[in-house]
Order: sequence, then structure tokens, then C-alpha cells
Amino acid sequence: MMFPRVIPVLLLRRDGLVKGIHFKNHKYVGDPMNAVRIFNAKNVDELFLLDITATTECRSPDIDFVQRVADEAYMPFGVGGGIRSVADMQRLIRAGAEKVSINTAAVENPDLIRQASDVFGRQSVVVSVDVGHSWRGRASVYTHSGTRRVNLDPVAWTQKAEELGAGEILLTSIERDGIRRGYALDLVRAVADAVQIPIIACGGAGRFEDLEAVVKEGHASAAAAGSLFVFNGPHRAVLVQYPDRRLSVPLSS
Amino acid sequence: MNTVIVDYGMGNLRSIQHKLKRIGVEAVVSSSSWDVENADLLIFPGVGHFAKGMHNLKEYGLLDVLHWKVKEAKMPVLGICLGMQLFTRRSEEGDVDGLGWIDAETRRFCFAPGIGLKIPHVGWNLLNPRRLSPILEGVRSDQRFYFVHSYHVVCNSPDDVLTTTEYGYRFVSSVHRGNIFGVQFHPEKSHEEGMTVIRNFFDMFQARQGKS
Repeated sequence: MMFPRVIPVLLLRRDGLVKGIHFKNHKYVGDPMNAVRIFNAKNVDELFLLDITATTECRSPDIDFVQRVADEAYMPFGVGGGIRSVADMQRLIRAGAEKVSINTAAVENPDLIRQASDVFGRQSVVVSVDVGHSWRGRASVYTHSGTRRVNLDPVAWTQKAEELGAGEILLTSIERDGIRRGYALDLVRAVADAVQIPIIACGGAGRFEDLEAVVKEGHASAAAAGSLFVFNGPHRAVLVQYPDRRLSVPLSS
Repeated sequence: MNTVIVDYGMGNLRSIQHKLKRIGVEAVVSSSSWDVENADLLIFPGVGHFAKGMHNLKEYGLLDVLHWKVKEAKMPVLGICLGMQLFTRRSEEGDVDGLGWIDAETRRFCFAPGIGLKIPHVGWNLLNPRRLSPILEGVRSDQRFYFVHSYHVVCNSPDDVLTTTEYGYRFVSSVHRGNIFGVQFHPEKSHEEGMTVIRNFFDMFQARQGKS
């Protein structure tokens, strides 16, 4: 039996925890440490904390915050946003993060993936791939929190990241972000089937069945979500929650 | 009791120190051979590349004192993840020799084509005990632990195997030989179940204050 991970992805801005739709219109959700404590008490499988304005504001990751999370978290967590160098990663990992997630910096300097996996081992290096569509309908990779389109095909870029030493891919569909109507299953499957490393799928989860579907039909190794774990009901009332049920799938061997 | 968390530049030590404090263990994070020399118990964590880990141990001048304390003076040591793998004779990761405290090798996961299993093995999985040990006291077979690794330990002597875990095939998820303990999973990241294992390790050597 395998237990695919169910992973809350918490988005941080300077003023706290936020969540938006299509990477925009972010609504204040609460205090991040409070959310970490709640998720801790709910025995979550893993957490991701992404600072969504660090890169655009040219800030470095907040080490103090990561240390406080590490003190609280009895589960693994990954950190992303504003990471530019191996030295940045070193500080985050020493502060207690298991994983570092890079997006913009990986696209601008793919060799950073190789350098990072040489130093920390590939299991600590997550490449975050945000996918949107151009007006022609072609899937492309986006950087800078979904604000800049780059001329990279998501499947080809993921394969390159694997080859360079990425340990996991955090794959987010910008179009599905925040809408809670299911994952972009075709995208997830296309990427998952093209690489050997685990895919953490994100964007679109609205109910438990969506998490199951992205693992079984989308071939993702883990199901991540934002809104599902911080909002409740049609009016998006803030409620930090996590399913009591576990995902489980029999081993295919 | 003097507990030292060995810092050889391979990640994630402060959070372990903090978690030990919560169960009544005051541990020092150190890369000094003097501290290791004076330790009563050693926590040997580690995330990252095997060859880099061995290189750092050499660079930091820790090899001799570690061999002396663990092999000769029989100081209890708990290796976590890469820490446990370094106890083996050799690893495929970088193709270098390890500390050789456990008669074992570290090998990469290798699956038949088409099996569809991802590498690294990342996520929560179960432990199947192969023998009884106080370090597993209170751990149930339905409790899950957090793993993240591409390489695993292959023991030459079945007596050293404490638990196995299933991922494509059965691999060794913890070892025990005399004063030497190793776990492939991350107990410090495995909620209450993981802390039980850590507590057990310290209780075996009466090294906790204010038991909780």
C-alpha cells in the first residue's frame, strides 16, 4: 500500500497568509504560524510555504520565520519564494526546511538545480513549475508568481529539471488555481508520465475526490491544494482544515 | 548525559535539537571533535549526498574520534537517513567508502521497467518489525513514518535488520547492532509516532530528564 501525500500549500505575503484565484486577487487568510500549528495538530503529511512576493520584490527568504515553523512542525515542509542561490538554500535547510522550491531562479539559471542537488541531494530540491496558456492556447511555463510567460513547454522543462537533478516537481495549473473544480488532470498526467521523479500536483482541488483523482488518473505522487484547506463554503469563509481520511492506493507491483 | 548532534554540514539540525528539548534532552549541535569525544550519546542526522557527507566528516576532522567513540568506546549512536547510510561500508552514491560500522552497503532503488514507482521514495510508509527492540516499543504496524531517499541500506547480516519497509521491494528501514542504531525514516518529522522512537532511544540509556 502506498499513501500519496496530501499537502497544504500556504501562500505568504508580507502581511501574512493569503490565497487567491488564478494567482491574483489574494485574500488575507490569517496568521501563518497559527495555520502551521493547526496543520500540525491535524497530522498533515507535509506542508509547503511559498512566499509569493519575495521574487517580485527582490527579497530573500525569511529565515527567522522558517526557524519558527521548524520548531513547531512535526512533519516535513518545503519552502519557496525568493531563493536565488545555493547559499539561500543552505540557510533555509539549516533553519529546518526539508525541501527548497525554486521556480524563477531555476528557469533563469537551470544550472542552479544541478548545483543544489550536488550539495543537498536531489530529494531536497523541488522545482516548482507554474503552467498557464498563451492566448494561442499553448501550455507554457510562467515565472515571477505567474506574471511572466517564458517560452518553455511544461513537459520538456520538467524533463530538463529531472535531468539536472530535481528531486520533485511542484506542478501548478494557474488556470485551475483557486477555482476548486478539479485538477488539470491531462496536464498532470502528461508531466507525471514523462519523468521518473514524483509530481506534486496543485491547482483546482475542491473536494476529497479531486485529490484521489489526481493520484489515480493524473498519476501524481502527491496532491497539493491551497483553497481546499483554508476556505469553507461558497463564500470562501476562512477555515483551516484537513481531511481525516487518508489517501491510499495499492502498490502496482 | 551529554548528547551531541553531529553537525557535518549536512542539513536540518536545529529542528532536531528543538524537538529533543521538548522531550527533556538538552543536546548540543556541534562539529567539534572535542564535543564528540566528550559525548555520551550521539545523534547522527543528515540529508544529502553520501560522498559529500563522508568528505565533510574527513574535512571537519571527525573520522578518528567517531571511530574511536563508536567502535571502541561503544557510545550509543542513532543515525537518521543519510546518517544511517554513512554507517555502511560503501555507497553507490558517489561510489565511496562509508564508516563501515554496519556490515552493509548503500544502494540506489532499482526497479524493473514499467513498475511505475518514482525515485526518490518520498512520503509516508509502514515499518515491518523483523525482531523486537526497545527502540520500537509502542510502535504499531499501522503507524506511518516519513521517508525521503533514493538510496537504501542492504545488510549482509540479517541480524542487523530491525525493520523493513515495502517500496517496490522490501528494503531495510532501520538497523541495530550493539550500540549502533539507524533509521532510514525521519522520526523528527513523523509526528508523535516518530517522537516515540526518539524517546525510546534516549530511555534505553536513561538520558531524559522530566519524562513526558
